[in-house]
Amino acid sequence: MSDQIKEYLILRDDKEYEVIIGLEVHAQVLSESKLFSSSPTKFGSEPNTQVSLVDAAFPGMLPVINEFCIKQAIKTGIGLNAKINNKSIFDRKNYFYADLPQGYQISQYKNPIVGEGSVTLDMPDGEKMIGIERLHLEQDAGKSIHDIDPQNTLVDLNRSGVALMEIVSKPDLRSLDEVNAYIKKLRSIMRYLGTCDGNMQEGSLRADVNVSVRKKGETELGTRCEIKNVNSIKFMQMAIDYEANRQVDILEEGGSIDQETRLFDTKKNETRSMRTKEDAHDYRYFPDPDLLPLELNDDFINEIKKEIPELPDEKKKRFIEKFNLSPYEANILVSDIETSKYFEDVSKNSDVKLATNWITGELFALLNNKSIEITESPITSENLAKLINLIKDGTISGKIAKNVFEIMADSGKDPKKIVEEKGLKQQSDPKELEKIIDKVISDNPKNVEAYKLGKDKLFGFFVGQVMKQSNGKANPQLVNEILKKKLN
Amino acid sequence: MTIDLKTVKHISKLSRISIEEEKAKRLTNDLNSIFKFIEKLNELDTSKTEPLTSVAETTLKLRRDKIESKNIREDILKNSPEKNKDFFVVPKVVE
Amino acid sequence: MSEINNLKLCDLVDKIKNKKLSSKEITEAFINRSKKSSKLNSYITDNFDNALNSAKEFDEKPDFNKKIPGIPLAVKDLFCTKNLRTTAGSKILENFIPTYESTVTQNIIDHGGIIIGKLNCDEFAMGSSNETSNYGNVQNPISENLVPGGSSGGSSAALAAKLTPATIGTDTGGSIRQPASFTGTVGLKPTYGSCSRYGIVAFASSLDQAGPMTHDVKDCALLLEVMSSFDTKDSTSVEFTRGNYLNDLNENIKGKKIGIPKEYKVDGMPKEIEDLWEKGIKIIKDNGGDVIDISLPNTNYALPTYYIVAPAEASSNLARYDGVKYGFRSKGENLIDMYEKTRSEGFGDEVKRRIMIGTYVLSSGYYDAYYLKAQKVRRLIKNDFDEAYKKVDAILTPSTPSSAFKIGEKLNDPVSMYLNDIFTVPINLAGLPAISIPAGHDNNGFPLGLQIIGKAFDEQNILNIAYSIEKNIGYKNHINDWWIK
Repeated sequence: MSDQIKEYLILRDDKEYEVIIGLEVHAQVLSESKLFSSSPTKFGSEPNTQVSLVDAAFPGMLPVINEFCIKQAIKTGIGLNAKINNKSIFDRKNYFYADLPQGYQISQYKNPIVGEGSVTLDMPDGEKMIGIERLHLEQDAGKSIHDIDPQNTLVDLNRSGVALMEIVSKPDLRSLDEVNAYIKKLRSIMRYLGTCDGNMQEGSLRADVNVSVRKKGETELGTRCEIKNVNSIKFMQMAIDYEANRQVDILEEGGSIDQETRLFDTKKNETRSMRTKEDAHDYRYFPDPDLLPLELNDDFINEIKKEIPELPDEKKKRFIEKFNLSPYEANILVSDIETSKYFEDVSKNSDVKLATNWITGELFALLNNKSIEITESPITSENLAKLINLIKDGTISGKIAKNVFEIMADSGKDPKKIVEEKGLKQQSDPKELEKIIDKVISDNPKNVEAYKLGKDKLFGFFVGQVMKQSNGKANPQLVNEILKKKLN
Repeated sequence: MTIDLKTVKHISKLSRISIEEEKAKRLTNDLNSIFKFIEKLNELDTSKTEPLTSVAETTLKLRRDKIESKNIREDILKNSPEKNKDFFVVPKVVE
Repeated sequence: MSEINNLKLCDLVDKIKNKKLSSKEITEAFINRSKKSSKLNSYITDNFDNALNSAKEFDEKPDFNKKIPGIPLAVKDLFCTKNLRTTAGSKILENFIPTYESTVTQNIIDHGGIIIGKLNCDEFAMGSSNETSNYGNVQNPISENLVPGGSSGGSSAALAAKLTPATIGTDTGGSIRQPASFTGTVGLKPTYGSCSRYGIVAFASSLDQAGPMTHDVKDCALLLEVMSSFDTKDSTSVEFTRGNYLNDLNENIKGKKIGIPKEYKVDGMPKEIEDLWEKGIKIIKDNGGDVIDISLPNTNYALPTYYIVAPAEASSNLARYDGVKYGFRSKGENLIDMYEKTRSEGFGDEVKRRIMIGTYVLSSGYYDAYYLKAQKVRRLIKNDFDEAYKKVDAILTPSTPSSAFKIGEKLNDPVSMYLNDIFTVPINLAGLPAISIPAGHDNNGFPLGLQIIGKAFDEQNILNIAYSIEKNIGYKNHINDWWIK
């Protein structure tokens, strides 16, 4: 059965182990200033230049919450089809670390701002729903840098206090492909909403990965391990695969899994235990007395609902229904908000079918080659629409269009100008074409004879000759028509 | 409920405060007398009472998302017992 | 002592506005007396030179529209003051120089005040006798080797000894009212949310409030006006119309309903305190007030509740003192070793004890039994007051169960030390305003205070009642400058 081939299982002899995965995604909220202070959140600034007295936890400094971050969390919650809680509470999570200046992280523990929701994944064998447990707001920590000074660790607090959304999934994921699809879908939804830029290189999206294994068919969950702070999909997949195998090996040897926090070493491609038991964490959560409960009335939430744009799932549905796209095509075009915008811009002013083909074909290949985002494309949506229209109205052929596209890719120029400058306009005047055709016929009497005797294949030869004579500009359809008339 | 020496040592670890054996013993006694006094709360039935976390008679005020702080790195680092021009400096952390 | 030192805050404001005295003359008088009073150990850090300069600057360009124009004030060393060392009485902040100003001290400066120094206090305001300070004990000017109360002990001593015309303290469980009571001065803890906590070294965030400490009720009203403000930098600051406390001060208490809670008549309360309370009740009645017996049934549970809530919050608030960003650091082999040594050497015993209590009550397995329980009892205590205020406008109690004790007397018995706050702690738990005013003396001639507790944001009312009692009770402090000879 094809379904089972796709299943992700760890095999040992004749035994099959299922892998249970849950993700705690930390998504940096897109905002100008931090969650509880007015310092900037910009990435890549000089160390400790975006740090306020609040972020560095000076004595007597107090948190004041950023309204926009609350709205962003609510928006994201709505995007995850989740329940928005009218009352939520900020708690302190107490632990000591060099890059945690307060000695606690302000987070939400028992009463998060967003409750249960769901995300739909488009898997090759159909849709799969992944449950969302909760979404809460919390502060990011600073950064400990271990590789500049051989004797010491250096601390940069630029990130300290930046708002994060922690999105906790239910343990519904079963394979590395699902993990990939889930992260991409979350990222896509948040980018549509403008609540997180999803930039994994800059750490805007990281995840703690919970992994457990059980024999296929069992219903009880096994003991899980949490792999902390993995910052790319590839590493998540590597870490899960390593960790699942490690756990299965332990079980196979008759051992049991310790519930613990582990670290993924990207160089060695292995996970290892992060903390000794003696140091077991006890975060001593309690409501932050510097903040009051966050109470949101329905009006506030409803106002935000009005700002929610069309999200990927709806958009996909619309593309299929309105534009007659295949689910596959629709998926590709909606998965990234910028791509979908580009597509809609192009198709609005040209032909949907051609737009789909050109974007998913030529344009994607170009972006891929250049390793750039669609927003950086040298060919604007406006110019691609023009190019498509030039094909549509017969000004150029599809073949010439490919040449024009290449010139556009290098120069960013308007295709109309390129066609004009290079004289690429299609030869569509029947009288002019007749002249060329007459010449080709008179130059090749032998072939004409052979054709007339039944060598049909030679028709292509005549077309080729005409195209050659016209420097490729002859309108192929017209050439066909006239040739047929003349030769028959 | 009594607090033993082991518990005191565990709490001292959690609080990141090292404690000598002698002091730990004395502290164990102190804490026991304090907790004996605290246990008085058990006389009360609070099963139907909502906890009170703040007496501030107001709602949480929300700040506009606006950058208002400047680069004050010098101020931030000025009081640090160990720093360089750009960073706070702590003993090497091995993860 | 210069005549100037004997003047109260409002008198000094008058003299300066009428140009009878310059800011420099006043500032010099308090600085000189402060210098002669080092034996009291009420200062941790002085700001005398800068203060004198500020006074001269004020005199050159005086602005008499300000509420306390050119008036020198020393403040508790729990308020962060820009470019002026702030220690919170702790070794862990021994060299900490803030680059910022607390909102309350900024308000003082904005209203024309001049900060002349930082006053001693219990370490991180944890104490009732000023004996936990890393900077030594403070002497009560009333009598040698007597504690000045705590935690605002340096403040109460400096005020009573007239080293500052008024001062400010913080009150988490009685830290303004108890030292005021021990030194024969007036101290007010405002409603939670009245004075901003921004820039005040935090002890227990849900309980901490700054407040004025003065020689009389009039001064107290004026200083409260100066200190109190709505502040967007403190999320627990409350936006309400602050009164013109001084202007609206009024001794008429006719028809006011004053509650007398029976639970405050504790076993073994000294006779002189009972008598004093009776005296207060009589004054209220004589002036047309209505005295009504009330019950605050959960009073006995306030202290145990406090000793869960306050340490819990403190254990977290004090986590930032880790030797990384500011303050004292001890060398360590690694990060954790550095933390443990820094905090072990940087904090004193009482602070460590409370961090341990707080850590314990929040730790896994004990949260519900202790912390959550305490939060629930806190609700019951607040409900008691809400009930009482359906019947009365204010409540009258003694400020403390005893007068000031000798230095060292209660040091080895934490619980007996904690019991000092039995009458003041419930008010912090409920977030209410309360004022302590001097009302009499015990057999040793040590001062005793009465406490008037108000409804939330009803500071004007308790100031008025206090004003009336003050006028009728005829209290006078007996201080003979024993420390100066």
